[in-house]
Amino acid sequence: MDAALIPEGAKRCSFPKFMLGIAIVGAVLLWGVYAMLLCWFKGLNQTNMNDYYGFALWIWADLAVIAVGGGAFFTGLLKYIFKIDELKNIINFAVIIGFICYSSALLILAIDIGQPLRGWFIFWHANVHSMLTEVAFCLSCYFAVLTIEFIPNILENRQLNKVPFFHHLAHNMHGVMAIFAATGAFLSFFHQGSLGGVAGVMYGRPFAFREGLLIWPWSFFLFTWSAAAFGPCFTLLVTRITETVTGKKLVKDNVVHLLAKISGWMIFTYMIAKIIDTWYWAYYTAPGLGFELSHFYTSNGFYGYWILVAEVIVCGVIPGLLLINKSTRENPTFRLIAIVLAVIGVCINRWVMVLQIMAVPVMPFDTWALYIPSWQEVATTILPVAYGIILIAVAYRYLPVFPQELELNRLPEARES
Amino acid sequence: MFPFIFEWVWDIGHMLFFGGFWYAIGILGAGMTYCIVKSAIDTMNDTGDNHH
Repeated sequence: MDAALIPEGAKRCSFPKFMLGIAIVGAVLLWGVYAMLLCWFKGLNQTNMNDYYGFALWIWADLAVIAVGGGAFFTGLLKYIFKIDELKNIINFAVIIGFICYSSALLILAIDIGQPLRGWFIFWHANVHSMLTEVAFCLSCYFAVLTIEFIPNILENRQLNKVPFFHHLAHNMHGVMAIFAATGAFLSFFHQGSLGGVAGVMYGRPFAFREGLLIWPWSFFLFTWSAAAFGPCFTLLVTRITETVTGKKLVKDNVVHLLAKISGWMIFTYMIAKIIDTWYWAYYTAPGLGFELSHFYTSNGFYGYWILVAEVIVCGVIPGLLLINKSTRENPTFRLIAIVLAVIGVCINRWVMVLQIMAVPVMPFDTWALYIPSWQEVATTILPVAYGIILIAVAYRYLPVFPQELELNRLPEARES
Repeated sequence: MFPFIFEWVWDIGHMLFFGGFWYAIGILGAGMTYCIVKSAIDTMNDTGDNHH
């Protein structure tokens, strides 16, 4: 039915089977859209946010998707600026994942601001003393970069590419992509960093506050570093999931090993910086503000030392070591364990930096404030996942996303000839 | 956002923030304009360049 749109030579499932899959995921998407409309029409009373939790599940989801979406800018930087040519075989997919992550982040923000019709105020009436203004500027501009990076892949669709103008446009955009990639890296450095900076400058929140360099707290640099380190792991994880679902090998092992190696070294070096930062904060910064380390991890029913161990050791140091070691990196099982742990690790980091900050009592009369999201918050957080699955399915079906797919999945007789 | 908006002040904060913002927008706009114009010229000349 849609055979004329499928990349030449590529095998795809039947159209009814494809539509059945889309319909199932689409039902989840509609559930999220329903919750989103409730939030827009009835207001933020649909959430469990309160005076303690001005930032809640949505902001965690926002920071998490932005962190794991960092694979797009970092892979683009490696491919176009550092000229690591092997990554051309995964860059399209990294861009699509980044596009999904950043459009999801913007969607979540559009729900979270409660009055989406006033979303443009942050540009028009900008508070130039706010790191979140910088985040809004860079996030919007970087989403434009990702859109620009995604366009050539869309124009390479079998039918669109027959239109001469689109064919030339795709070619010319490839020609200047390094400029867009460099702009994307510049924007990502600042918005990833400022998301960490927001936590680090909160001197009224000793759990988050960090010293730093000039106006930037150390958390600014750690956030950028962690996004560059863990983002490629998410790209590899989604690639692996796509390969499992499609039953095909889509990217050659040498490309996967290379990206895993780079990610491993980035994670390993990040973890050294993170451990030094945590140690300095625990022994100097927090005590200097009148708090012992135990204050942040005891006397409550959820946030114990386990979360620190899980983030730093289990989902930080261990995946880093697994990925820098050649034998474990090239073992598919160990590599999968490492990238899953790494993705969980960066999500825990963002959780801690958004929600544990809010939970910790600050004043002497305060108690721990734990929070459970409403179903509307959960549904709107799952919404981007469903949207992402649909977009990946559509892109994989109709666009030449993986340049090595045909070569890797040629029939045995064709390979021999 | 613009110097003609009443909140605008010619201070370092506004110049850095909006300088960076318009710089990024300018690069993206100029890059896309170049691609579109060149593609239109290539289409009219029909160079038949198929390399990617």
